Amino acid sequence: MIEARDLTKNYGKKRAVDGLSFTVQPGVVTGFLGPNGSGKSTTMRLILGLDAPNRGDATVNGRHYRDHPAPLSEVGALLEARSVHTGRSAYNHLLALAQTHGFPKRRVNEMIDLVGLHDVAGKRAGKYSLGMGQRLGIAAALLGDPKTVLLDEPVNGLDPEGIHWIRNLLKGLAAEGKTVFVSSHLMSEMALTADHLIVIGRGKLIADTSVEAFVSGASQKLVLVRSPDLTRLQEKLAGEGVSFTPAERGALEVHGLTAEQVGDAAAAAGITLHELTPQQASLEEAFMDLTRDEVEFSPVIPSQPEGEEAVT
Amino acid sequence: MSAVTPSVPKLEAPGRVTFARVLASEWTKFRSVRSTVWSAAIAILLTLGIPLIGAAVVSSQWRQMDPGSRGDNHPLDIALVGVSIAQLVVAVLGVLVISAEYSTGSIRSTFTAVPKRLPVLAAKLVDYAAASLGVMITAVLISFFATQAIFSGIRPLHLSITDPGIARCVLLSAVYITMVGAFALALGAITRNTAAGIAVFAAIFFVLIPLSHALPASWGDPIRKYLPANAGIQMFQLHHDQYSLSPLAGGLVFAGYCALAIAVAAFLLQRRDV
Repeated sequence: MIEARDLTKNYGKKRAVDGLSFTVQPGVVTGFLGPNGSGKSTTMRLILGLDAPNRGDATVNGRHYRDHPAPLSEVGALLEARSVHTGRSAYNHLLALAQTHGFPKRRVNEMIDLVGLHDVAGKRAGKYSLGMGQRLGIAAALLGDPKTVLLDEPVNGLDPEGIHWIRNLLKGLAAEGKTVFVSSHLMSEMALTADHLIVIGRGKLIADTSVEAFVSGASQKLVLVRSPDLTRLQEKLAGEGVSFTPAERGALEVHGLTAEQVGDAAAAAGITLHELTPQQASLEEAFMDLTRDEVEFSPVIPSQPEGEEAVT
Repeated sequence: MSAVTPSVPKLEAPGRVTFARVLASEWTKFRSVRSTVWSAAIAILLTLGIPLIGAAVVSSQWRQMDPGSRGDNHPLDIALVGVSIAQLVVAVLGVLVISAEYSTGSIRSTFTAVPKRLPVLAAKLVDYAAASLGVMITAVLISFFATQAIFSGIRPLHLSITDPGIARCVLLSAVYITMVGAFALALGAITRNTAAGIAVFAAIFFVLIPLSHALPASWGDPIRKYLPANAGIQMFQLHHDQYSLSPLAGGLVFAGYCALAIAVAAFLLQRRDV
């Protein structure tokens, strides 16, 4: 479990993370969404103690990351920035990490096999492709069999097979009861992988919700219905907050009702339905709706702490 | 489970971070990059090669030399002449041991595994000092005995390792160069940049002394003997005068500079973001 409380980080005058509070629960994949530059990577560095917050703090499984006796078995982290010496082989990189915790060499080989780097494990990491570098980073993250996995843009540079592999890996880890926190700016990826979403923009929390609630909450209730008796259906459905838009021939868009409500009403009136389709906004659209203001209209210097006048 | 569904193997033997393990980890990192092998080879080559060439030249020309020129050639100086050049290589590698972690980004992996950070700096210092001391003691001993072998036919150039001060100079020259390496490693940790670390090292070791000569003699002379390089080299000088510290005092002053640099590095390491 990861808990962030009022996490705030400034780089010079720029506030990268602004009063962020959230909890990442075990057993589900939690997606960490935000536009580029919204503070996702900074938040992850704050959780790992690589950067120190100006205010607030973050704990992992109840303690600050640095206070754990076996950090690699608490959190496995893949950071977005490269974190490998270009002159060192994958094997020696992983071995050096394993040795800090006294993990055996066998463990290093297991991880190399797991991510499919067997044939290149002896080569210098500087010669790796982006995808191979990601695989090495994932091997390092899983080395300590961690309770919590923190991955920053893990599918970057991976081929379709690799992306599929990551997706299954994350779901598998969550199914084992681990805490999985994975950042992405790709909404479509999160739609396939995540159960829960934490959305930030300009360093501030925008949403902390399930994927379903995020999509339905951001989109209006909108149902496409097809029936040979549209006129009578329209009469039955009419009411406050309900409106209709004629769609293609023989179909109607119903605003303000769920598919269940439309279906129940039709059944009660004995009206035949040929189609009943909830028109959900995609996660991508929901995300764009929610973060648009944060991206375009936020001031350059975000809000100051309470009681202080903003200085420009 | 299908072949494409990965499953992370359970960790059979859970571990925890200890200093001995961080030492082993840092040793793996140290030996597994090319710059280490290259630097060690060059340091050995310089420590041995320059004295051997010097000894060969002096020995071949000895018969033609006048007494004054003969007096300029002290056999101990010849045996240890490589140290002053090899120290540059040891310093560069010392900076690189930590600066390369910042330039490649591997410091993030390092501090994720050992988030308390200070054990990493300590382990780097211990590992590098042990490696440097082991290599340099071997090199200066070989240099001493090899140059003496070349001088075997020239009685005035004979020295015994048991002669007063000789063993001290030979062994402490290796200690000096190891301390230079530790000092440079601290500079690498402070600057977090290879070029900057080497530049600061060069400024302290090669610029401060000439600069002190620009001062009036009444100021420059007393200051000069306390400068890091001047204090440190007294550890392996046979003769001392009013312008130089004793071997013990020089060694302690130089150790003080090293301790100061390491303390600053440790302080910054704890406080700075990576």
